[in-house]
Parts: sequence; structure tokens; C-alpha cells
Amino acid sequence: MTAVETSSSERVTGQRLLRREDPELLTGEAKFVDDLAQQDVLHMAIVRSPVARAKIISIDTSAARAIDGVVGVYTGRDLKDLWQQPMPCAWVVTPDMKNPAHFPLAVDSVNYMGDAVAVVLANDKVIASDAVASIEVEYEELPPVLDLEESATDKVVIHPELGTNTSYVWALEPDNAKLEAAFSSAAHVVKGRFVQQRLIPSAMEPRGLLIVPQPYGGEYTLYSSTQIPHILKIMIAVTLGISESKIRVVAPSVGGGFGSKLNVYAEELLAFTLAKKTGKPIRWMEERSENALATVHGRGQIQEIELAADSDGKVLGIRANLLADMGAYLQLLTPGVPLLGGFLYHGLYDVAAYSFKCTGLFTNKTPTDAYRGAGRPEATFAIERGMDLLAHEMGIDPAEIRRRNFIPKEKFPYSSSPGLVFDSGNYLPNLEMALEKVGYSKLREEQFQLRSQNSKKHLGIGLSCYVEMCGLAPSKVLASLNYSAGGWEAATVRLLPTGKVQVVTGTAPHGQGHETSWAMIVADRLGINPDDVEVLHSDTSISPHGLDTYGSRSLSVGGTAIFMATGKVLDKARQIAAHQLEVAPEDLEYQDGNFSVKGSSEKKMALGQVAFEAFTAHNLPDGMEPTLEATTTWDPPNFTFPFGTHIAVVEIDEDTGDVKLVKYVAVDDVGNQINPMIVEGQIEGGIAQGVGQALFEEAIYDESGNLLTSTLAEYLVPSATELPNFELGSTFTPSPSNPMGVKGVGEAGCIASPPAVINAVVDALSTFGVKHIDMPASPEKIWNAIHQD
Amino acid sequence: MFPASFEYVKANSIRDAISILSDDDDAKVLAGGHSLLPLMKLRLAAPGTLVDIGGIRELSYIEDKGDHIAIGALTRHHDIEHSGLLKESVPFLSYVASLVGDPSVRHRGTIGGSISHGDGASDLPAAVLALDGDLVVEGPSGERIIKASEFFIGFLETALGQGEILKEIRVPKITGGWSYQKFNRRAQDWAIVGVAAVSVGETKVSLVNMGSVPLRAYATEETLKNGGSIEEASEKASEGLQPPSDLNASAEYRKHLAKVLVNRALTETLAQ
Ligand SMILES: Cc1cc2nc3c(=O)[nH]c(=O)nc-3n(C[C@H](O)[C@H](O)[C@H](O)COP(=O)(O)OP(=O)(O)OC[C@H]3O[C@@H](n4cnc5c(N)ncnc54)[C@H](O)[C@@H]3O)c2cc1C
Repeated sequence: MTAVETSSSERVTGQRLLRREDPELLTGEAKFVDDLAQQDVLHMAIVRSPVARAKIISIDTSAARAIDGVVGVYTGRDLKDLWQQPMPCAWVVTPDMKNPAHFPLAVDSVNYMGDAVAVVLANDKVIASDAVASIEVEYEELPPVLDLEESATDKVVIHPELGTNTSYVWALEPDNAKLEAAFSSAAHVVKGRFVQQRLIPSAMEPRGLLIVPQPYGGEYTLYSSTQIPHILKIMIAVTLGISESKIRVVAPSVGGGFGSKLNVYAEELLAFTLAKKTGKPIRWMEERSENALATVHGRGQIQEIELAADSDGKVLGIRANLLADMGAYLQLLTPGVPLLGGFLYHGLYDVAAYSFKCTGLFTNKTPTDAYRGAGRPEATFAIERGMDLLAHEMGIDPAEIRRRNFIPKEKFPYSSSPGLVFDSGNYLPNLEMALEKVGYSKLREEQFQLRSQNSKKHLGIGLSCYVEMCGLAPSKVLASLNYSAGGWEAATVRLLPTGKVQVVTGTAPHGQGHETSWAMIVADRLGINPDDVEVLHSDTSISPHGLDTYGSRSLSVGGTAIFMATGKVLDKARQIAAHQLEVAPEDLEYQDGNFSVKGSSEKKMALGQVAFEAFTAHNLPDGMEPTLEATTTWDPPNFTFPFGTHIAVVEIDEDTGDVKLVKYVAVDDVGNQINPMIVEGQIEGGIAQGVGQALFEEAIYDESGNLLTSTLAEYLVPSATELPNFELGSTFTPSPSNPMGVKGVGEAGCIASPPAVINAVVDALSTFGVKHIDMPASPEKIWNAIHQD
Repeated sequence: MFPASFEYVKANSIRDAISILSDDDDAKVLAGGHSLLPLMKLRLAAPGTLVDIGGIRELSYIEDKGDHIAIGALTRHHDIEHSGLLKESVPFLSYVASLVGDPSVRHRGTIGGSISHGDGASDLPAAVLALDGDLVVEGPSGERIIKASEFFIGFLETALGQGEILKEIRVPKITGGWSYQKFNRRAQDWAIVGVAAVSVGETKVSLVNMGSVPLRAYATEETLKNGGSIEEASEKASEGLQPPSDLNASAEYRKHLAKVLVNRALTETLAQ
């Protein structure tokens, strides 16, 4: 690791500190939104469409209104005049992007199973649920559009006012002539068509909210299980026309999000509207099956990738073409998600010619949006499957084909053909470490042995090398992508009169352990104990500025802001200490929480003492403002580019098609690490989630557009019993783009693992002539693949 | 999700429960609740009254009766899994119980509930079928014994009459081999297909999730009895059956799995 400025004789960062968040989570003391007590609260429940596409003929709410305890029933028609604007989509990816108006309640038509059509307020949640069951909605069903390729034909147009199902076509074609030349001169061209199935994010805590109108002043506090309290606040103000100064958003303990809580949802806007109308606090808690229908889904793409390579297997050009499923409407970031991967379809390989095209299409399904990795798992899957296809076609070992194509260390910072600048990378040693750790050559021997014995057990070894772009995001780059916000992050570091430190961050942790890591950053810089650092977050009245948590941004953007604000505080403290010790600031050394005069052991001043002096302001340098506090808003100069190698080993039972993941090695390079234990936790959870995509999970709709996987009995999230012990390792290539050399780790695991697992499955089945298996690779699919000829 | 509203009665004795049940055809027994409550929450069942027998202590036991073992209907899966007596005399049943759901399901669910529910996808009904066990039931007109092979009638339908409660399950001690093959994707799931084989004198084979009820593989058993090989017997595994098609498996794949698993179960059983 490279040295980072520090004031501790013993580094705090780099240690496996236990997470301070965990005791209250493990003992059930943590307060999630549904744990917040509130008197005199109304319970909200939503009537949802049971059909995929229909005209609403009539809604009969009379039975519901007659139920004792029901306070109000509202349809889209009743409320539509209260909404100034449709629900927000913050990413207009092309000037002519088509975006159907989408309101919190459907007015005339419904467009997916789960679309909200009416809302009930009642004194009790069970009464609210009974009332929902008693509401009669008459639908005139229309034929739904469920398949992407069918959607593209426009035979049935979902939103007639748009005239087409195509929301946008977005292309990145830096040099078509060069690309054509690469393909025409290629010795080998391989093509793959891969389906990225729809996934249901399935955060452990579904969404929920509590809104409390203040009795006077027209102010509202919204407690929401969200990843984005800051963005939500702005969006509510803009969408509902309520003054931003009247809105406070708080995210209490949040039980996971994975991108699914990076949104502005109908229920949040509905609750606001109804709280304003009734003047009463309102509570809503999503049910598990409702979560499967009404919270955004992830992925949902058909990918085509073509690789042109020379006779040595060196990739000359890549062409990627996607159909991306938007679902029925555009949510906050829906159209942009596939494009986040659009720059990375060449992976970590040095490829000179490139093109990427994405067509965003509407279907009569739940809207899609960001889901852990957002665009990058899809890109990584396509290129890593593509590299295996190429290796197979050429009879080259999958590890060797990757070695031949890596961007060499000397080329960093590397300007990629799609137009990014990769900050730093050193791919080869990372791959070699993973191969060594998994015992690659021994595994290949074992595989050979089994095959020569005609065993019915088939061993498969799958590699996946990935690079991702995280640390969202340089604001100017976001501007060039037409994203309607910046990508900076804010932090305030404040010394309290007693010498304790308060950190205010604009990140919004929901499981990542920011409180622990942020305290470690400050403690390291100030040479103090992390227990003396308090971290405040996720309440817009405490932390007014912020852009929240997603896209592996929190450490490299938010953590850097904290690091820099801490530096400013230390500079001011130095001036105060110098003034009081009557020396020049340069004559002071700072270590382990004390300023001391160079060469003198007597003349010193503890940081806590300086803090008290700054508080009393009795003796500060002339013109200096009292208190010790600094704020930094950090706009990163570039993305960060973590990378790594994951290797999966599977065993397949030829007789049943059963597949078992028996070994998994991951060597990740996320730059410098603040808390390696938290890094491992992020990687492990990510791998499990990616294995879920590879082998288990899929949102399945029937031919009428009914979601069949709406409970956790049908939507198969894997548990620890389905997973081997992951063997993890790290290499360290610091990012030059921020002072701590950090890169971010939130999404790496689920970016790398799906192709590793599928490459292993296909490797195991290669003796049967199998070239690809779409995810999830279920036993039946595998059995069919083995037995088709 | 919330169930429709219902009345709740706690029964203090079997007689107590029977008298409430026989007066009210809209009442249902509540044991561990791990099959009934999910159905109620999905509003696929909406009984007017739940008669909770969970407090009737004398219904939970595992006793050695010489030629057989008697198990009280309220015995939890966890207790069956860990019973020393069963591990010694009917290890097959302990093993099957250990594969039901996950630990929290095994701590709540009862063998009587599982059998009375009669789900063709459940493990314990098939186990009791392969053991050719007897079921002791008590109702308004007294006690009777129903053979496990005559208990499962249709989809979630059993031979229990109105007001009748399953009291006890009787299974023979196992002298020969046994095997249970449960094929699923995640450890906590129901079997996509399961096969139980037990040798007590002759070999009996039962199938999980190969039809709307727990099934005996009679064609397989016949083939074995007539001296057929394991291969030949497994070929008959799904003869005459119409297994379900669902998200986990098509009917055709289920038939194939049944063959493979019967083969494995018989191989393991007959090797012991
Ligand atoms: C997540 C989950 C996973 C599961 N996985 C599996 C699995 O892998 N394999 C498996 O076999 N099962 C599985 N189960 C079901 C579980 O084993 C149930 O506990 C069992 O099927 C029912 O037992 P119970 O005591 O909970 O019955 P209850 O739910 O209380 O009752 C079930 C039915 O039987 C009736 N009943 C109950 N007791 C009696 C009695 N003594 N006399 C007459 N009628 C009675 C009730 O009226 C009701 O109709 C799972 C359940 C869950 C929730």
C-alpha cells in the first residue's frame, strides 16, 4: 500500500475493526421505519392491478368506505389535480427519449401487475388491508407486451400517446471505420447472445415510510426506508410543489437496498399528498409480495456481443448491442442503468475498436432501475462470456486468452476506446494470484481425470476478470451524460468543546458500515481513537447537503470529502496551537492527538485542548473565527476502477443436471482498504447475490403478464447452505484520483460472480458441446442442455 | 399479508377439541401453523375458527411399544430429528425429519400437522407411507386406525372425517436398509422430487411431489417383488403418474428425476 498522510503512530485504517453498527442490529434494537412509534397515525394500503395491461372501467369503493375504521379511499381520479408533475425520471438519456407520464396512482389504464390504482387510509393496518380486498375494480383487459423483441416490433404499443414502445436508442460509436476494419481483418469472430434475466432486488427490509406533518408551519418529516434521503427531498419538493424548506427526510435504520431504494416511489408521493390533505401522520409498510411487484426490478436485457480477434487471440474490436427492458414506466434512473455499463463491454482488455448500442423498450412489467452493479454486471457478463467463447473457439486456455489481452500496466492511466480514462490497474499479478489460490493447474488435471474415466460427475472451472467504474461521479461527466444532478459529496468535521469529534456526511448508509469506516478515516488522520468520533447521517436537517449512497461512491467520494475536511480542521487547530504556544505553525509537529514544538518535549498542546480553546474563543489569533469545524464538498476528478479475478468451480451431476458450487476464489483490488473486514463483507455478499443471479433467481411472468415469483418460496434467493466458503484475497493498486488511494467495493462481488459461475457451468458441459446456458442455470436447463443434440 | 379475521379457541384436551370441531364445520385444527397459516395469509384458506391444539401436552411423545414406535401427533420435526429412540430404531424417520425446511420450520411444524395436511410435496407423509405406518385418529364416535396407504385421498384431502383428530402415528422398527433421496435447489425448499425406500421384510418405495398426493410407487415395488432388477424397478418409478409442472420442474423432468432417484434409493437400501 502506498503511504497516506496520517497522524497516528499506529494506523487505524487497514485494521479489522468490528462494526459499531452491529450490536444494535444483532440484538434487534435498531429502529427501522416500522419500529418508529407514532400516535394517532393512519395506515395506508394500496389497491394494485392484478392484470398486466387494461383500461380501468370503474372503481367501486363503497364497500371499503363502509368498513368501520376506514378513514378515506382515493382513486387516481380523486387525486390527480394535486400532482403538479408526473413522477420524476432524472436521466433523459437522449433529447428525444420517450417518457410516458406516470402518476402515483393510475388514472385511466394500468400497465403492469402491481400498478397502483387506489389507496386506502384506515385506523389500523389490518382494516386497511381488508378495505383493499373489498374494492372492486372493473378492468377491460388489453393484450400485454412482455417480450423485448416483440416490444421492438411495435405491433402492440403500450403507451399509444408515444406511438412506439422504444423509449430511446443510445449509441456510442467512437470510430465506425476502425471497427469495420478490425472485423474485416480479424482471424476469428465470435458472437454471443445472452439473456440478463429480470431480478427482484429482495432487500431484507421491504420499503416503508412514516410521514408526520408538524401541527403548525406546514412542515413535514418523512421517515423512509430509502438510500437517498437528500435526493428524495429535492424530488418531492419539485414534484409536489412543496417548498423544500418545509421538508425533512430521515432514513432510519435501513435493511438493505441494493439500488431498489435509490428511487422516488409512488407511495412516498401518495403519503405526502394524503398527509397534506388529512393533516394526519401516515404509515405504510410494504408487504413481501408487494415488494416483488411494486419495487423496481433489476437487469432485464438481451445482449449481443461480437469479438474480432487476430490469430494470436488478441481482441481487435468489440461490438455490443442491447435491448433493455424499461418495464412499464421510467422510474428515477431507469433509462440510464444499461448505459452505465456501456463504456465497459471491453472489460479490462486493451481493445482499440468499439461500439455499443442500447435500445430501451417498454414492456408491461414492473419498471426496472438500478440494481447492485447497475449496467456493469451485465457488461462484465457479456465480455467475460465472450472471452471464453473466443478461448474455446481458438483452443486456448481461458486464463491465457485473458493474459494476452489485459491492458498492460505501463498503459495507465489508460484511455479506453469508448472514452474513459482508467485511473490505475495491474491486472496480471491479480489473475496469477487467483489462479494460484484456486490451484488452477491441479483442478484442470482433476477435470481431465474425471473426463477420461467417463465420470458422470463433471467438473467445471470458470474465470471472470472484471474492471468496474465506480465512485459516481465527476459532475462534468454526469452533465455530458444528461444526468440531472451532480456527483459530489459533502462532509463536515467538527471538534466539540470536549475534544470529541462529530462528522456529518451526505452519504446514506443502509448496511455498509459507514459509521465505522468514516470514524476510522478521521481517527487515522487526527491520531485519535475512533470511538471518539461520532458519525451523523441520513437526516436532511442534520446533514443538509449530500447525494447519498449508490454506485460504490460513498468511500471514494464521501470518504474523501471527510478526509479533506479533517485536514482543514487540523490546519486550523495547528494555527490555534501555534498562537498559544507562541511559535510559528511550521514549528509544530502533530502526532497521536498532540501538537508539540519540534525539538522540545515540554511545549505541547493536545487536540482536545485546542478544541476547548476554539470553543471559548478567549485567546485566538486576531481575526480567526471561533470553533473548530470545516466543510468540504468533493467533486471527484474521475471515476475509480477497481478490478479483480473471480474463479468458480462447479460440479454437475449428469444424471439429474444438479449443479453445486464447490469452490470459489476471489482476488479483488479495490485500492487501499479502510477496514478489510468490511471489504470482505461487501465482497462476500456481492458474490452470493451474483451466484443468485447465475444459478437461482429470476422474476418469472406467465403469458398474461402475471408475476409468478412473488414470494420467497418461488423467488429463490440463495442462503449460506447453497454456498461454499469463499476464499478471498486482495491486491492493492491505489487510485491516483483521491488522496486516500481508495476505489470502492460495494458492487464488485455481484459484478464478477455471474460470469465466473456460468463460465464454470459451460466449461463443465463443454464435452457435451454446450456453448452457453442462460441464467439462472437451473438443474432442468442443464439437464436439457446435456440431453439435446 | 393478513389473513381474513377468524375466531381462536385454545383446546385443553383432545375431547375438548373434538367437541368444538364436530359442532362447527367451519373450524380447523391449528397445530404448528406452518402449513395452515401461510395458506390463510395468502387467503387461500379462511376458516371461521381455529382450534389450537398446541397446548395439549399429552400429544407430544415418542414411545417404544415393542413391535413398533408410537409418535404423538404434536411431536415437532426437531424432536423426531433428534430422538435417540428413533435414531436407533427408525433412523430413516429422523433423517427425513432433518431435511424438512429449515431449523425454525422444524421447531414449529408437527408430524401430525404434516400428515393431516396431506401435501404431496411434503417429506413426512411419504416417509410414513414407505414405512407402511398406521394412523390413530379420534373423533366424535371414538377411535379408529387408518393405514397410511389409505389415508391420502386427494389434493390436500385425507381420510379424516369431520371432528376427527390425528392422535398418533405408529411406525415399525426398521431392520433392513433405507434411503431418502430429496432433490431440491436450496436446502430449505420442498423436494422437487423425493424418493423414500424402506426394507422391512419387503421393500416399499414412496414418492414426493410426483402427484397431488403422497404416493407409493407400487409398480416399482411389484417389479422388485417379482425379482426384477433395480434398473427395471426404477424404470417403473413414474408409471401411471401425472406429476405436476411448475417453476422448478416440468412433468417430464420430474419423471426422469423419479427414475434416477428411485435407482439411487434402491441401490442404497439394498446395499445395507
Ligand atoms: C418455509 C417453510 C418450509 C417448509 N419446508 C418443508 C419441507 O421441506 N418439507 C415438508 O415436508 N414440509 C415443509 N414445510 C411444512 C412444515 O413441515 C409444516 O410444519 C407441516 O407441513 C405442517 O405441520 P404443522 O404442525 O405446522 O400444521 P398446521 O399448519 O398447524 O396444520 C396443517 C393442517 O393440518 C391440520 N392438522 C394439524 N394437526 C392436526 C391433527 N393432529 N389432526 C387433524 N388435523 C390436523 C390443520 O387443520 C391444517 O389443515 C415447510 C413450511 C414452511 C413454512
